[in-house]
Amino acid sequence: MIFERIRHPFAPSGQCGDSPNMELPERIVFEGARKQALETGRNRLMVTGVLFALAFVMIGGRVVELTLVSKNISERPPRLANTDPALNVRADITDRNGILLATSLPTAALYANPRHVLDADEAAGKLSQVLPDITLEKVRALLSSDKTFVWLHRNLTPKLQFAVNALGIPGLYFQQTERRVYPHGPLVSHVIGMTNIDGEGLSGVEGYFNGQLRGRQQALQLSLDIRMQAVVRTELAKAMEKFSAIGAAGIVLDVETGEVISIVSLPDFNPNNPVSAAGIAGFNRATKGVYEMGSTFKLFTAAIALDSGRVRLRDRYDATKPIRVSRFKISDYHAKNKWMTVPEILVHSSNIGSAKMALDVGTLAQKKYLKKMGMLSPAGIELPEVGSPLTPDRWRDINTMTISYGHGIAVSPLQLTAGVAALVNDGYLRNATLVKWVDDELPAGMRVISTKTSKIMRRLMRLVVRQGTGKNADVEGYVIGGKTGTADKPEVTKRGYGGRRRISSFVSAFPMTGPRFVVLALLDEPKGIPESQGYATGGWVAAPVVKNIVWQIAPMAGIEPSSVVEMDPKPGDVFYVAADGKRVSEQSSETRKKKSTASKVSGLETDFDRRLSDILSSTKEQRGPTVAVN
Amino acid sequence: MTAFSRLDSSLLGRWWWTVDRWIITALIALAAAGAILTLAASPPVAERLNLDTFYFARRQLLVLPVAIGVMLAVSLLNRDGVRRLALLMFTTSIVLTALTLVDGAEIKGATRWIKLGGLSVQPSEFVKPAFAVIAAWMFAAWRLKAKFPGYLVAVGLYASVIALLLAQPDVGMTVLVSVVWGIQFFLAGLPMVLVMGIGVLFIVGGFVAYFKFDHVQVRIDRFFDPAGTDAYQVERSLEAFQNGGIFGRGPGEGRIKEALPDAHADFIFAVAGEEFGMFASLMIVALFGIIVLRGFAHAFKESDLFVQLAVVGLLAQFGLQAIINMASTLNLMPTKGMTLPFISFGGSSSLAVAVGMGMVLALTRERPKRRISGLNSWEAGA
Repeated sequence: MIFERIRHPFAPSGQCGDSPNMELPERIVFEGARKQALETGRNRLMVTGVLFALAFVMIGGRVVELTLVSKNISERPPRLANTDPALNVRADITDRNGILLATSLPTAALYANPRHVLDADEAAGKLSQVLPDITLEKVRALLSSDKTFVWLHRNLTPKLQFAVNALGIPGLYFQQTERRVYPHGPLVSHVIGMTNIDGEGLSGVEGYFNGQLRGRQQALQLSLDIRMQAVVRTELAKAMEKFSAIGAAGIVLDVETGEVISIVSLPDFNPNNPVSAAGIAGFNRATKGVYEMGSTFKLFTAAIALDSGRVRLRDRYDATKPIRVSRFKISDYHAKNKWMTVPEILVHSSNIGSAKMALDVGTLAQKKYLKKMGMLSPAGIELPEVGSPLTPDRWRDINTMTISYGHGIAVSPLQLTAGVAALVNDGYLRNATLVKWVDDELPAGMRVISTKTSKIMRRLMRLVVRQGTGKNADVEGYVIGGKTGTADKPEVTKRGYGGRRRISSFVSAFPMTGPRFVVLALLDEPKGIPESQGYATGGWVAAPVVKNIVWQIAPMAGIEPSSVVEMDPKPGDVFYVAADGKRVSEQSSETRKKKSTASKVSGLETDFDRRLSDILSSTKEQRGPTVAVN
Repeated sequence: MTAFSRLDSSLLGRWWWTVDRWIITALIALAAAGAILTLAASPPVAERLNLDTFYFARRQLLVLPVAIGVMLAVSLLNRDGVRRLALLMFTTSIVLTALTLVDGAEIKGATRWIKLGGLSVQPSEFVKPAFAVIAAWMFAAWRLKAKFPGYLVAVGLYASVIALLLAQPDVGMTVLVSVVWGIQFFLAGLPMVLVMGIGVLFIVGGFVAYFKFDHVQVRIDRFFDPAGTDAYQVERSLEAFQNGGIFGRGPGEGRIKEALPDAHADFIFAVAGEEFGMFASLMIVALFGIIVLRGFAHAFKESDLFVQLAVVGLLAQFGLQAIINMASTLNLMPTKGMTLPFISFGGSSSLAVAVGMGMVLALTRERPKRRISGLNSWEAGA
């Protein structure tokens, strides 16, 4: 009786199953079931019929719509990408003068539906003859696959597209696409960055502004000046080759707006050929690399000392003998073995004097000032590649001393440049920017030192070039001021510093009468050559680069050479630097050692010596690298 | 043919007065349209395949009169005759379909064809109408006869047919057979709970498939935006209708047939649109509509459950095939390879459709009403 129960699952129970109805004559049962079944059938047939009728009406309506109403589909070019054309075009990037740095060219991408390709062998043979950069085997494998979509070529020139079209192979299709082109090639490689094959920005400005570039038509105007960029890159490349350096970085920054006028990292790559960006070539030393900068940091030390009021210009420091702290020994590279004023400390680049100044200022104040000057946090710039500075975990007095001359702290070249800009522009720190500043008003900056200190710093920097380690940077008329830096790189394999691996740099601003630009040149591991008497210091290696950059870019910026005759400060002037008749850098290391051993020992126990003994007792357990001298 | 007198009681005379002449006229008109369209659409296709220019046209013009003859001959049968023919056709074509799996010619990745005396035949085409009639028979028996497990037989037969079709593989025909079988089951009294359950299952399953499986999503999305896809044939076909406009470009003036590999088969409706225009296309739609809906009207009035189910099954098959073909040509639904009955090129499909329509004509012939319908001959005999 299972069947009986299933037969009318929705019927009243009286019509099936073991109900008393079973006793009715068989024909009446049939008649009732038949009527019921026909009734159900009719009702449901009604529904089915209405659905069919609707379907036919819809088809008729669609025929009318297509033939009569819609005319727009055929006007659409066939087989286009299904994306909004406006979204498809990536905006151009130009320099500050509107010169094209990156643009998108329309090209055709070739793809295939292997299932529509009638003869894969024949198609592969024809295609591989027309397209130079794909092999027969590869095309055959692609076209014989069971997929419905394979890319064959992502960028066809119009000529190639025509040739492929002329083959008349069914199953091949074109998609309009675009290719990013960088007309200046390697010149703006790191800063512009690259896009991937789908046109999405990966690195540099392309990566940072990917969203804005994708949807809009208007070009993105950068602060860069392609002419100055070319000068900086050429001069850096020359110096890099001359001194066999492994890398170089150069930055030109507008001191008032923070606009980056030029930014170069070498070695670089050609963004039109993405493979060339592999490895170290793709690394942006100017923003991502962080380095112990060496003596250029003495500018900050002096500015902090003067601005904090703890030190006056005419204060003298005993630089007659090295400072020994625990295992550390702080000595001078250009040893003068005398008591020095603040200008003399900078001009002769005295580590001893800087360290003592920093101790007078104190750890807390140093840290506070460096933080304000942006040395303790990543540089603000519109690039994804920004390096974080390396700073001491615990900031002890010994750190204060080494940091005063640029060791024990590693910052990016861009951080240094932006910080120096704040020292010379009346004391305002502004974030570096790659976007052209179009407002009349200057961007809001943060005051880090007083206008008065800034003025003093400008004179001190000028003194370094006129009388100190930066003489090789001087260009007549452009009143360059700056500071050299030569830092030993930490050993790769063992702790500490040693060897001959150096970062040599020169950071400068010009003209010092009213600074417009900060210029930084930095070389990674330069080697000494006979022309520099074997020296590879910032003064010999980087200062000439800055000089060459300045005399070329100053006319581009409309800066006229000054004809004012500068006079060196006379004795009695606070800025007076006692000349010792020699160019400091000409001293051989022999002379330096002799002088060092012959130095007189002061019998007086100074305030400094007392403090030093305190430090000694507090840093006995501290293990640290031997500190490089500069 | 008007020569038959009302009083003529010969076989043909009775046939003339009882058969639905509207449906016959519509079917013959469709066949005529198919002949004209094959003449228009197939020469470029034949040339592309390095065949004689009128290869397809000649064959189709040969097949169509035969098909019409078969259809009229079948329409002469009475109900028992239809049932016997269906049974014979079902068993034969099932065996032959099974044979294709063993000894079939593989065409485009599927083995559907078998050589019979020098002719290539697709036996599964004949399974379709035969199975519709057999299923109707079983469902009717289930509803009307105690102790006859008709629904079990119907389910079992369905399962074996589906298994054969999927083995070929022929997904399109599987879907068609399933839907028709489902409609028959629905009419025969599938419990409403199950109907709703299946409906809900389909909707939920559809959504799940769309969001869960990328390839389903891609297909659906492509359907809704043909511009960005490789739905090349559909795109060409839409253009064909637009080029055609109201009156068409004129016979032989169409261009779509040069671009579409399937112009003579699955996309023949687009050729009609381009060369003969809106009115001719609407005519074709209307012919299909008249045949299906008029046939349904007969089934509605029918007092014999078997006839009702069989007629609806056969017509649903015919109508669905037409709807699916035209709808995919018009981009109303994703493309599914399906021929337009009587119009598309194809010997087996034309003949099978002819047999099916002949059965419809036979089953819808008017009969004298019996007061006690329980004494129907088949009920007494079965």
